[in-house]
Amino acid sequence: MSEEFIHTRIWQEEPEPDNAFAAASCHCHGYNVYGDLLANASWIEYLFLLFRGEAPSPAQARLLEGLALALANPGPRDAAVHAAMCGGVGGSTSASCLMAALAVGAGASGGAREVRLAMEDWIERGTDLALWQAGLAASPAENPADVWPAPGHPPGFDPHGVRCTKPVLQTLAHLAGQGCGPSLPWLQAHRPLLESAAGLPLAMTGVTAAALLDLGFTPAQGEMLHLLLRLPGAAVHALEQKDYGHKNFPFFRIELENDPGPTGAGLKMEDKS
Amino acid sequence: MKGPQLLEEHVGRLATRMGAFFPGERAVFRGHDLHASLKDLDWLELYLFGITGRRFTPQQMKVLHAVCNFTSYPDTRIWNNRVAALAGTARSTGSLGIAAALAVSEAQIYGWGVTLRAIEFLTRARAHVDAGEDLAELVRAELKRQRGIAGYGRPITSADERIAPMMALVREIGLDGGPHLRLAFEVERILLAGRWRLHMNYAALSAALCADFGMSPREYYFSSLPSFLSGMPPCYLDAVEKPAGLLFPLPCRVMLYEGVTRRQWQR
Repeated sequence: MSEEFIHTRIWQEEPEPDNAFAAASCHCHGYNVYGDLLANASWIEYLFLLFRGEAPSPAQARLLEGLALALANPGPRDAAVHAAMCGGVGGSTSASCLMAALAVGAGASGGAREVRLAMEDWIERGTDLALWQAGLAASPAENPADVWPAPGHPPGFDPHGVRCTKPVLQTLAHLAGQGCGPSLPWLQAHRPLLESAAGLPLAMTGVTAAALLDLGFTPAQGEMLHLLLRLPGAAVHALEQKDYGHKNFPFFRIELENDPGPTGAGLKMEDKS
Repeated sequence: MKGPQLLEEHVGRLATRMGAFFPGERAVFRGHDLHASLKDLDWLELYLFGITGRRFTPQQMKVLHAVCNFTSYPDTRIWNNRVAALAGTARSTGSLGIAAALAVSEAQIYGWGVTLRAIEFLTRARAHVDAGEDLAELVRAELKRQRGIAGYGRPITSADERIAPMMALVREIGLDGGPHLRLAFEVERILLAGRWRLHMNYAALSAALCADFGMSPREYYFSSLPSFLSGMPPCYLDAVEKPAGLLFPLPCRVMLYEGVTRRQWQR
């Protein structure tokens, strides 16, 4: 049987002369990773190269660096970090803590799916205020055939917010000042009008979507990057809660509305909904 | 053969006795036609056959179903279930939520970390006792080495509500006489008589039963993987059917900061 191949435009290897299973050189989008990038590129420049296939301009590198810092730790109150801490507190494996953060942080409410949906809105509406206002006024479409539950609010906005929070404003101001693409400055200039149309304040997911678009990422790439870039916080909080232990972690209270009582005889099976 | 030559031998092909599917034609599962000779197995029987390559008696299957059912709790507070529910409140997919919750179930203070250690201890202790060693001495040595015995004691409460119904079932169908089960209760008697005051928990009981059914520690570990599963979808669904973000929302005031005082980053 003829050999089968993996096709890639990203990665090229040459084997060691005595071992076909060990690479002697690795090139990423044409650059020598261990012979050039290791000494001359930053982690954030390499990240940009991996996704976009080209080295970033200084402004692009600054913007991605700023975005990565802003996203690195949403803090323990964030649902994805909370999930990672649920792993840490029980002594679950490190990978499972990050899997928990990824599974929850993937969501369409505050997660990577929301960023992707917001990026799709940006592609459709650009910097056309009328299009944004019409789109934000319409309820998000529900698709029962989609594995993703309907987010219930316009992507990029905070469904429980009162006003745009200071960290979101600080991030928007910093990223818009990097001089990279039209979306962030336009978002900064039109934020009150967009918030008025949405009836909700701008969220970090909205700023992130605009930044990722200005960096030239596709919505699918933006979704992946959002998942990746928020993992550091999940990791450290999971580790920290492992040290604190489950006795120092909230267990909350449940109010069971259909408790059949100690014998379980109070309800027929079909009534135990 | 080793190194690159060994790897070269395996490039592009897999020799296996586990199974394969022949598109549009049939599927083979551990040497049997899945849609013919295995068609009458229920889900758990097939799952266990996949792990062990063996069939269990109807009485054993009744216990093995109960091993899973009796510990499937749709309580969102429990840490693994909470991951599934948080996925629901964050509007992630059901598959992501359940898969992550299952992964988190491999914990050290509950779940499959305990599972594997519990059966390893019981099978090792039984071998030593069969060789004439004193069980109480083995228990003392284990406590000294591990600072606890997997399957005894519990993080939230010392009582284990799963023991009585499981033992009732096991007695009812006459599977309460196995050597690992007897040994598991003997370990509990030793632990309760001493200063440790540790009750047997469900991990030791189910480990003992599965060991009596001939499972190795590794087989028991894989058999346990679905044991929390039935409790997880209700937690996800409860959260996803309510407005987003309403599951255990955390206000800033719940964080008790215990770190260093504020300072300025020096460039």
